Amino acid sequence: MSLLMPKPDEETLARRGEIVAAMRAIVPGEGVIDDVDGLRPYETDALTAYRQLPMVVALPETTAQVAAILAWCHANKVKVVPRGAGTSLSGGALPLADGVLLGMARFNRVLDIDYVDRIAVVQPGVTNLAITRAVEDEGFYYAPDPSSQIACTIGGNVAENSGGVHCLKYGLTTNNVLGVELVTIEGEIIRLGGRGLEPAGLDLLGLIVGSEGLLGVVTEVIVRLLPRPETARALLIGFPSVEGAGKCVADVIAAGIIPAGMEMMDRPAVHAAEAFVQVGYPLDVEALLIVELDGPAAECNHLLGEVEAIARANGAISVRTSRDDSERLAFWAGRKAAFPAAGRLAPDYLCMDGTIPRRRLPDVLARMRELSDHHGLGVINVFHAGDGNLHPLILYDANQPGQLDEAEAFGADILKLCVEVGGVLTGEHGVGVEKRDLMPEMFSKVDLAHQQRVKCAFDPELLLNPGKMFPELHRCAELGRMHVHKGQVPFPDLPRF
Amino acid sequence: MLRGGGSKDAIGAPSPDATRIDMRGFTGVVDYDPPELVLTVRAGTPLVDVQALVAGEGQMLAFDPFDHAALLGGTPGQATIGGVIAAGVSGPSRLSRGAARDHLLGFEGVSGRSERFIAGAKVVKNVTGYDLPKLVTGSWGRLVAMTELTLKVLPAPREQRTLVLRGLDPAAAVVALARALGSAAEVSAAAHLPNWNGDALTAIRLDGFPSSIDARAETLVRLLGGLDTLDGPDGAALWEAVRHASPLPSDKPLWRIIVPAKEAATVVRTLGDADWLFDWAGGLIWLASATDSQAIRAAASKVGGHATLIRADAAMRATVPTLHPQAAPLAALETRVRRAFDPNGVFETGRFGGHS
Repeated sequence: MSLLMPKPDEETLARRGEIVAAMRAIVPGEGVIDDVDGLRPYETDALTAYRQLPMVVALPETTAQVAAILAWCHANKVKVVPRGAGTSLSGGALPLADGVLLGMARFNRVLDIDYVDRIAVVQPGVTNLAITRAVEDEGFYYAPDPSSQIACTIGGNVAENSGGVHCLKYGLTTNNVLGVELVTIEGEIIRLGGRGLEPAGLDLLGLIVGSEGLLGVVTEVIVRLLPRPETARALLIGFPSVEGAGKCVADVIAAGIIPAGMEMMDRPAVHAAEAFVQVGYPLDVEALLIVELDGPAAECNHLLGEVEAIARANGAISVRTSRDDSERLAFWAGRKAAFPAAGRLAPDYLCMDGTIPRRRLPDVLARMRELSDHHGLGVINVFHAGDGNLHPLILYDANQPGQLDEAEAFGADILKLCVEVGGVLTGEHGVGVEKRDLMPEMFSKVDLAHQQRVKCAFDPELLLNPGKMFPELHRCAELGRMHVHKGQVPFPDLPRF
Repeated sequence: MLRGGGSKDAIGAPSPDATRIDMRGFTGVVDYDPPELVLTVRAGTPLVDVQALVAGEGQMLAFDPFDHAALLGGTPGQATIGGVIAAGVSGPSRLSRGAARDHLLGFEGVSGRSERFIAGAKVVKNVTGYDLPKLVTGSWGRLVAMTELTLKVLPAPREQRTLVLRGLDPAAAVVALARALGSAAEVSAAAHLPNWNGDALTAIRLDGFPSSIDARAETLVRLLGGLDTLDGPDGAALWEAVRHASPLPSDKPLWRIIVPAKEAATVVRTLGDADWLFDWAGGLIWLASATDSQAIRAAASKVGGHATLIRADAAMRATVPTLHPQAAPLAALETRVRRAFDPNGVFETGRFGGHS
């Protein structure tokens, strides 16, 4: 741990009593936690390999309290780590020993639902699924559906720009959020975007979504609601080769069809899932595809036929079409059980999250098998096939000396491979601490400096969630310097004013 | 000042002393693999060329960008893809398919620090690092000289059908459009024109597979009663008119006002003597009016919206800010973000206000 995160500041640690008292003065009652037993549940998020007790947990209930906490921490140079439900898979909510953990769980109210403009105004601690639950009786839903949607909060979704299985058609969080109320590290309350379709001025809203809690704390979110599609049908398609399945996905899209969801599982994932939930997956296939179509019944019926024809043309050896909703959900049950199924194959697993150009899939899976042999660890693959987002699950046993390190090295190799073939380190889980040190694989120092200066524009003292996303902490003054070579500024003939 | 084809030269305060950097040297397609839904193109490539390229593969730029020549005068066909992104230009389909900012996946460019850098990526799903593509879209060339853009493309619909209601007042039109959008009819575009060839016309577009459009049109008829279908060319002409606000008189200042859709009728009633039309089901009001700019901005602000001055004579543009003024803390934050990319203000020409 000490190598992983910024070294705790001794002076701040020595001021713990004063800091706890300051938090108590702002948040009354049981909203401040400082005993070890109470802090324990906050020591990690869903990336459980990393743990750190926070110095203190504050659980404010009002925007004014959040503003007061941030203003105090800013004035007193105390670091702050925001947290939603703690379901981050990248360590985005990993606490700091010398930092305040700002838990937003008490912001749990739906403030307004407007069916005319089809928006909901919610507090950040409302869970993703609770938004849909609040509007489903009227025939609406909130589209992004990360697999943790029963637990994860919309505030966390905003921080991480969360996706889900339906985001090829319906977009990520950023495409479904219209506005936020944000508290800056100075304690200033600002509004970005609103109830209209376009924010005024610079698109700071677009910048905040996916900023991993490094730029401000969101205290209110305005999301778009969609009418529930009339019907949804799914196809379960087995292929004798990964190549055939990959070609099928490309041909479906080339035919002008954007399915609501298009998921692929490799042979080990199919076997693991079937052993776990017994939903009738074919076991004699190298790749299994779930294609979900939604919309009017006439459209689904038409497209089911088209997709089946494309699948058969690409050598599909089994095609099943859901007859009703319970069968459709059964098709998904195996896919959704892939993570717990992996948990039965090994005591621990690491879930990776790279994106690749889809055309490179067969090559990437082949190289992944080589890496699996090299590292001596198993891997199963589930894949958001429509948008090229891979989720390799690396199987290991943390109780075996060296296996966690080996699994992390394997994971890093996979992500480097994703970048090498033209893809990215993370498609939906975020950088956090997990992929922080891999950022130079994708971005040069100059690229990263341009991102870090954005951080400096919001938080020049680097107090908000430091140690996440960027591999090196640069002081903002250092980043602000122009590069001067032999006394020459670049383009000396340009006016400087 | 960064300049593409010059189609939007007449937007913003005149800044005759600024040095123009012509970006049209950066042309051509870098990579386009249609099934990947990703297109990488140099920023100075004409928009018409990009649209023709993707149309040739049965695809489209789904945010429905358009050339401002029709709006501002000038030679059509000059607008560049870089200019479209820098100005965040999105047309009627934005209502259902997202804005320009939702379709820029990555870019390469040179910041005001004279440093070349990249952000985003060349795949459709990515959350690695800050989403700078969102920030630069609509930044009007004040952060980065974009040289290369990676865009998400989508399949073009096989068919488009335009259904219309006639004779509704603005409030009834907004209600009808909201009901359509709240239904399972999957409306792609929704507009209201108070005077289209003498009629008040409320228009709904359905895109997709023919059998699907048939079913969704029936849904709309059940919901809204009798609807007329416009012939293909008439429908296309209608959306072209909405896209460019062409039914509005060209001799008055033209505003682009973003509001919550349900407030649209109230806003135009407040502003009285003006010509206008609604796009985005009321969420975008194109308004031609000689009314005082502060009254227009106040009407927009009052309902949580904002107004951009799109067309006006040079004298008005010299005194009335083009972009809606922001609250002080937000304006200060924006300035700090601009300075992060452009510490010396080399992109600040006064076209969009102060050098603060």
